[in-house]
Amino acid sequence: MAEVSLAGAPAFADPAAYVRAQGDGTAMLDLIVENIHCPACVPRIEGAVRDLPGVIEARVNLTTRRLHLAWRPGTTDALALVKAVTAKGYRLAPYDPLELARGADREGRYLLRALSVAGFAAANVMLLSVSVWSGLATDMGPATRMLFHWISAAIALPAIAYAGQPFFASALEALRAGRLNMEVPISLAVLLAAAMSLAETLRGGDYVYFDAAVMLLFFLLVGRYLDLRVRDKARSAAENLMLLRAVAAQVVAADGSRRALPIAEVEAGMRVFVAPGECIPVDGRILAGNSDIDTSLVTGESLPRAAGLGGEVFAGTLNLGGALEIEVGAAGESTVLADIVRLMENAGQVRGAHVRLAERAARIYAPGVHMVAAATFLGWFAFGGLGWQDSLLIAVSVLIITCPCALGLAVPAVQVAAVGRLLRRGVLVKSGDALERLAQADTVVFDKTGTLTTGQPRLTGGETIAEADLRLAASIAASSRHPLAQALCRAAGPGVAALPEVREEPGLGLAATVAGAEMRLGNRAWCGLDAADGETGGSELWLTGPGRAPLRFGFRDTLRPDAAAVVAWLKQRGLQVEILSGDRAPAVREVARALDIDRWSGECRPAGKIARLEALKAQGRRVLMAGDGLNDAPALAAAFVSVSPAQAADISRTAADMVIQGEGLAPLSEALRVARVARRLVLQNFGLALAYNILAVPFAAAGLVTPLIAALAMSASSLAVTLNALRLNAIQRNARP
Amino acid sequence: MTILGVLIPAALILGGIGLWAFLWSLKSGQFDDLEGAANRILFDDDDGPEES
Repeated sequence: MAEVSLAGAPAFADPAAYVRAQGDGTAMLDLIVENIHCPACVPRIEGAVRDLPGVIEARVNLTTRRLHLAWRPGTTDALALVKAVTAKGYRLAPYDPLELARGADREGRYLLRALSVAGFAAANVMLLSVSVWSGLATDMGPATRMLFHWISAAIALPAIAYAGQPFFASALEALRAGRLNMEVPISLAVLLAAAMSLAETLRGGDYVYFDAAVMLLFFLLVGRYLDLRVRDKARSAAENLMLLRAVAAQVVAADGSRRALPIAEVEAGMRVFVAPGECIPVDGRILAGNSDIDTSLVTGESLPRAAGLGGEVFAGTLNLGGALEIEVGAAGESTVLADIVRLMENAGQVRGAHVRLAERAARIYAPGVHMVAAATFLGWFAFGGLGWQDSLLIAVSVLIITCPCALGLAVPAVQVAAVGRLLRRGVLVKSGDALERLAQADTVVFDKTGTLTTGQPRLTGGETIAEADLRLAASIAASSRHPLAQALCRAAGPGVAALPEVREEPGLGLAATVAGAEMRLGNRAWCGLDAADGETGGSELWLTGPGRAPLRFGFRDTLRPDAAAVVAWLKQRGLQVEILSGDRAPAVREVARALDIDRWSGECRPAGKIARLEALKAQGRRVLMAGDGLNDAPALAAAFVSVSPAQAADISRTAADMVIQGEGLAPLSEALRVARVARRLVLQNFGLALAYNILAVPFAAAGLVTPLIAALAMSASSLAVTLNALRLNAIQRNARP
Repeated sequence: MTILGVLIPAALILGGIGLWAFLWSLKSGQFDDLEGAANRILFDDDDGPEES
């Protein structure tokens, strides 16, 4: 895979396109370091550039895996700096930080500020409340108590006004749309508690709930912040992946000079140069050059396709053979992509129907709480013989005690633990509800090329080929970047010297002079053989020379090393496994047989894949779709939950709920295991929260809950839920063999 | 009870300093890279900010 991924994402794109000039005459560049793994890499990378002349700042952020450079443009340039780091073996990709500085980061900071204010208020109000509570039992005078209540109000009310905004805004939005969400009872409880406490303070009463109101906000903001972290962490990792592929296009000017442009700025009609081994950045038509194009990401076909003058090429495919010049096609002109985008848009609407567990809980919970509180008020007012003020006091205490503190933490606490754990195991989960859906999947549909297989060919039947022939062929192949030639070299093993003066004819093959005779290595046409005589089961190379019989080397895509184990594991867990591939049927059948999968189909078009998913859905199945190609993207968007490998096409990684990194499929089974445990823990947490409410509500409705009890009950239930979520780590450790 | 007149403002001011310190560190990017910063103290060749 190493060669292919290197070829797909060159060591670095021309960074010049991403350099930002600053007002004070310095230049800045932000880069993603693809393969930074441990803290020891930080001084190595920074050391590589820090002492170069002109460098002002070089700082690695290990959390986001990004490198920030600032320098004086006259003394050095971006390319020199990037080369200094890549020379140490790190792969870099430039990016534009302004594009990324969007809502999530700001929201995170705002939540943290709100959280800190709520925390400050909760601690100080609690300090005063504890004095009041102990004062009620001992000898605190009413004047001191009044003073404490007033100070509490002075701290709590501004804090609530500031830190409660995220909830108030969301509740208001829901009410305007005529819905109830979790924020409605939260806002109501907080606002009513504050208002009632203020009224009690004015009236000189014994009980105020300022501490409960701010503590409620504090716990709920913790839940909110955790929820945001889940999304943010996975998102920034996913963005890194995405940007690694965002290679600048080499645009050719009218005078033949080339310059790098970010892909977003490439316009239709421009001429783009694509070197051999590079990813084709745009859709278009070939103006000059001949080459083989690896379209496996776009069509799922495992064999490269020859392309010449006037041929159409698509973004995301790999240029294997010769240098190409491409005229950029107008947006929407490319039928394949337009087709795929349209299918994806339709498919996305299906996905929207999933209701998150927390929302489902809120739908039952919010009306229930309001009804209980209203019944309490009416009960005390009509039959309990209390005035409306005291009845309202009790009703509000019901709202406070039932306020979904534990419910608000129940889901995010578990998801933070689960997503963080999966991230360390090489699985990026893009959203919390992806985990919920993954836990419910009962069918797994795999794409073949690039998902079950590595997308990299391997020599088959090598034992029937004489060692000398293999080494001869490998010595010719050694100078080529074509995947079949490289596979041949791998099969021959190390120690084969490349022949000098090997001629490469893009789309055909190689020729070299060995002992005075021309030897040819390439496809049938190149070697003067008939185009087709039956053999279609895989890709092939032929070796011919004067006075020797043509020799065939057959190649096949190899399975990922742990594909069989993962498929067996899935089946053992009772999941139904299927293959839907765009590749030819014989190739698919072979893989299906090797993995012992009964259900498979080949030559599926994107629409065909969706049709199959719809059929499965009609049977009531929840499908986990795993695929990597452009042709899989609509299916990934349409499936109940989806996953794609890190090497997948951009659009597929965007469409998928999860991205797995590494050579194997093992992270997939890990993700499934964690998702199921997480779901169990979330349900347990709901159970805990419910049990707590069932216990507490009768006391609250009976008017027995004092602020002290409310505060204790609230902290205890939140703590119980959080501790239960942390069990995720313990369970996983025991479950590992 | 007059001591309250000293103690309560003292508690609030101390708490307020803590809150301000947190907000300041948040604003100045102290939390941007939790993993990397934790390890920087261990680097031998890290000679701190430039002297010039």
